[in-house]
Amino acid sequence: MTSRCRALAAVLVLPVVAALAAPTAPAAQGGPIRIGFLAPLTGPFAQIGKDMVSGTELFLDEIGRQVAGRKLELIVEDTEGTPATALTKSRKLVEQDRVHLLTGGLLANVGYALQPFIDGAGIPTTYPVIAADDITQRKPARWIVRTGWTTSQPMHPFGDWVLKNTKYRKIATIGMDYAFGYETVGGFQRVFEEGGGQIVQKIWTPLNTNDFAPFIAQIKRDADAVLALFVGRLALQFVKQYEEAGLHGKLPLLGGGTTTDESVLPQMGDEALGTLTALHYSQALDTPQNVRFARAFEARAGKIPSYYGEATYTNMRWITEAIRAVGGKVEERAPLLAALRKVEIKDTARGPLSVDAHGNPVQNIYIRRVERVGGRLQNTVIATYPGVSQFWKDRAEDYLKQPLYGRDVPPCRSC
Amino acid sequence: MRTRGVVAGLAVAAAAALVAPALSAYPLTLLTQAAIVAVLAMSLDVLLGYTGLASLGHAAYFGVAAYAVGILTTEYRRGFVVCLLVGVAAAALTAALFGLLAIRATGTYFLMITLALGMVVWGLAFRWVSLTKGDNGIAGVPRPDLPLPWNLGAPLPFFYFALTATVLAWALLGLLVRSPFGMTLLGVRESESRMRALGYNVWLHKYLAFVISGAFAGFAGVFWAYYNGFVSPIDVQLVTSVETLLMVALGGPGTLAGPALGATMIVFLKNFVSVYTKRWLLILGAVYIGVILFAPRGVLGAFRR
Repeated sequence: MTSRCRALAAVLVLPVVAALAAPTAPAAQGGPIRIGFLAPLTGPFAQIGKDMVSGTELFLDEIGRQVAGRKLELIVEDTEGTPATALTKSRKLVEQDRVHLLTGGLLANVGYALQPFIDGAGIPTTYPVIAADDITQRKPARWIVRTGWTTSQPMHPFGDWVLKNTKYRKIATIGMDYAFGYETVGGFQRVFEEGGGQIVQKIWTPLNTNDFAPFIAQIKRDADAVLALFVGRLALQFVKQYEEAGLHGKLPLLGGGTTTDESVLPQMGDEALGTLTALHYSQALDTPQNVRFARAFEARAGKIPSYYGEATYTNMRWITEAIRAVGGKVEERAPLLAALRKVEIKDTARGPLSVDAHGNPVQNIYIRRVERVGGRLQNTVIATYPGVSQFWKDRAEDYLKQPLYGRDVPPCRSC
Repeated sequence: MRTRGVVAGLAVAAAAALVAPALSAYPLTLLTQAAIVAVLAMSLDVLLGYTGLASLGHAAYFGVAAYAVGILTTEYRRGFVVCLLVGVAAAALTAALFGLLAIRATGTYFLMITLALGMVVWGLAFRWVSLTKGDNGIAGVPRPDLPLPWNLGAPLPFFYFALTATVLAWALLGLLVRSPFGMTLLGVRESESRMRALGYNVWLHKYLAFVISGAFAGFAGVFWAYYNGFVSPIDVQLVTSVETLLMVALGGPGTLAGPALGATMIVFLKNFVSVYTKRWLLILGAVYIGVILFAPRGVLGAFRR
């Protein structure tokens, strides 16, 4: 064995020893309030993760990192966008850093994976972005409050709006082949078909699609419009290829909110113009609160806020409201959770917010059209559905009797 | 040399067991994770280190077993013993099937076929939504329900549980590679044509090594599902396979204990360095490069020179 090997071994064993010896944060009262924040900071979702951190930090800076007379300390951990890592990091935040609150997370699978751990540990948690329907519907978690949205929440009013304000009655859908896609398309389909519309085709594309041409070629040309649901790179590519296929302007494009979200919109060109989507936020929302937030976010992050940035900003505001409501006594977890479930804010960047009995916000849903204003593309708000619940117009019990939206739920009767 | 290795290995395991009660919950969960991933790395070592076959689809057997546990516990409420048996059997069967297709190839072609087969399992996990819940994964796998005096839901007993499994797997694999069968595998690694000339059925030996390796990966997968309480397509994806391969290469292929060490180091490096910097991937990369430059036979391989 050479000395070089010894040195190498020492370097490699060091982290093991150091991690084993790492101290656990004291549980003493009166110290700073510790908030654990999970976001994907490496891997394919790192850009969104950055937006999430920016929104959170922006709000914390605005309140001077202090609430109810106590300092706020944010501990950010990287989930790599994978459930197992998110779980390990949550354990670290809860067991070693002894955070008083847990928040963050992006993907549905992370949301579902953390649920049993969070309920087991009994740690007050908020999900600002994770939108999978069942987290506040058929598989609710006691300790999780959603400050964001459910996937189908904006799509119910969108179905209603399309029926009442357009002549589109036969719509073809194309979307990403996973739960987020199913719940988006399903929510739209349900309300649209109940009101007399027809979904005449449903196309699902694999998440790793590199070329949409074969899928676009399948779209029925006698449909009145196309509903598309894509995220990130795929949204950019789909909208571009939709235009290249000569369909832009001929077959009107509708979409789920992420299809033209501000995280991709600045990279789009004229091909996106006129696209109609629905979401609980738009950067172009013309309220004093949002104008102020959007300006501050842009100054800080160097880009316009996407819904991810707004979600985490408002999420942190929500959390501090709850902390204030319990007088800063975050060590008492049950009252803190109860306070998180009671928050009501009239003037967030996305509009008034309250929370329903299942832990999901009741909030405005905005119907948006992509327009070019002052040289930049934006999601202009053209209609507002105030105070929309995740259960649309149903009573919660009735709504929850329906199956979760899936690949073939609701079935495509008119295909 | 042999006894020294065994003694050293047992000493490390005993030291870990002794230190464990003094640790707080989080380092303990990392140790548990390391113990489970170590089994996966050792199972791959049978192929890579002893038989000379670099598989890029090892997460498949790991994941098949994990899914078996996920489905059996959440849908059918089955106990630990049933899950263990079915999980390992499912992994072995998958390996037996894939082995038929893959074993004829060598080198890069073997790498590519195992990669493709691994992707098939990933595709199934992702698309067979009615069984696997697709991208959302299967949540809510309970901790094992064995009639033990300790509560396996708590971190410390579960760590001992996992450590026992690791030591058991290490012992079984150690016996395997030192047996005449294991010696034959070494022979195959060194020169297939000579072994064939000596009258050995090379294909069968490689095939059996492949299946056994898959079964042990499944053994690790069973514990992984219980540890996380969760199974998702990420457990079967290519990244998991590649990471396992790197663990073996880092620790030292053909040493069994080496890959276990490599697994431990990567688990801790990942979770420890990432606390301090978002650029932890850079550091991990630098470590890999360092090992390749200065200890091409892995950390333990360097010690054994």
